[in-house]
Amino acid sequence: MEFLGKVAAWYVDPAQWTGRDTLPELLGGTILVAALSLAVALLIAMPIGLYIGHTGRGAQAAVAIANIGRAVPSLGWMGIAYPITTALFARAGNGLMPAMIALAALGIPPIVTNTFAGLREVDPELREAGRGVGMTERQLLWRVEVPVALPVIMAGVRSSAVAIVATTPLMSLVGANTLGDYIIAGLNLSDEVEMFAAALLVVVAALATELLFAWLERRATSPGLGGGARDRMTGAPLQPRPAASEG
Amino acid sequence: MRAGQPFFRFEWLVDNADQIARRVGEQLYITLIAIVVGFLISFALALLVRRYPRLAAPFLGVAGILYAIPSIAAFVLLIPITHLTLVTAEIVLVSYTLVVLVRNMIAGFRAVPADVLEAADAMGYTNGQRLWRVELPIATPIIVAGVRIATVTTMGLVTIASLIGHGGLGYLIVNIGILRVFPTATITGVVLVVALSALLDFGLALLQRRLTPWSTARAA
Repeated sequence: MEFLGKVAAWYVDPAQWTGRDTLPELLGGTILVAALSLAVALLIAMPIGLYIGHTGRGAQAAVAIANIGRAVPSLGWMGIAYPITTALFARAGNGLMPAMIALAALGIPPIVTNTFAGLREVDPELREAGRGVGMTERQLLWRVEVPVALPVIMAGVRSSAVAIVATTPLMSLVGANTLGDYIIAGLNLSDEVEMFAAALLVVVAALATELLFAWLERRATSPGLGGGARDRMTGAPLQPRPAASEG
Repeated sequence: MRAGQPFFRFEWLVDNADQIARRVGEQLYITLIAIVVGFLISFALALLVRRYPRLAAPFLGVAGILYAIPSIAAFVLLIPITHLTLVTAEIVLVSYTLVVLVRNMIAGFRAVPADVLEAADAMGYTNGQRLWRVELPIATPIIVAGVRIATVTTMGLVTIASLIGHGGLGYLIVNIGILRVFPTATITGVVLVVALSALLDFGLALLQRRLTPWSTARAA
């Protein structure tokens, strides 16, 4: 109990709020690194997932690469990216580049696999119907396949975002300004209060990310999709319509 | 890494062969303990679910919450209680195996068709006989699939335990490779982690085929 009291006191200690590398700065740094990395992961993973999902080509290669990507520890990506970016940009800077490379590498596989799996699961009859009404391939992708697959795609984005936020503090090892600064300093100085307080914030950050993206996922689910349909007035679930194949 | 220093120095591998071998051993040892302990706990939980199916949701819920705690935070949060010991590392690693292992074990038991259970009962199998001779053989491919995922995941997480001094190959990746900016050590560590993970994964797949020769590539 006494220990938890010290942890609580740590949060309000002026040392965390004034001078350099304050708590708000490091929290902001964590969010910045995580958000940029997720953006990079999305920019790379989305087109790949959409292409594979729409055409059905390259699925096996993508799964194989994703599996290898998952087996490489996030620390490994960071450790390899660090000397390369240091050599390329003459100095280590604030560690943002190696952190982004490592975190994007971590975030890409779930987005790719969920995006193409979501598109693959779209009822072939829907695709046929789209072609039947004269949609181009592009229209078919954006107006039929993506809306129907969106919950699955968003689930991939969520696991990617949570993994990135959970791993971002490790990037303090290469000099990125994140909450990990406190943890590393705490470990070096055997300051259990400081590392504990920071670790709790990391847990809260991961949880907040999970909740935020779960909410986005619900928002992204078209009310016309099975299971999600609710009465607009009462919010009560609507009776499921009979499946098209039964008609 | 100083300017002009080569990116990868083979002579470092030769000079440090004994240290590398020691870290490989440590990595495998830490992973093995986590998987064995995680397996035993999960098996006990799955047996409880087999008896009381209502427990499935709370067990999976708790395992899911444990899994959602970022590993770097989990290692640190335990330090005030269990300090910088191997126990701290193992508690975290074991916790992370539970979600996959419990889920797959429950799924494995559920995969046993009801008429098979009925036939076993009709033939006079006791509860224990039915478990060992009927249900487990049918559940094995799904259970081993869970062990494979848990093993590869644990191999990666062990490297993060280098923060608290029990990192196996993570020591090469972090303490030598990153903190001293010596890419040779990082690359060596990463290549070995990936290679060992692939080897263990392959070995477990082989084991599953040996255990259940009648099942095809179901676990994949």
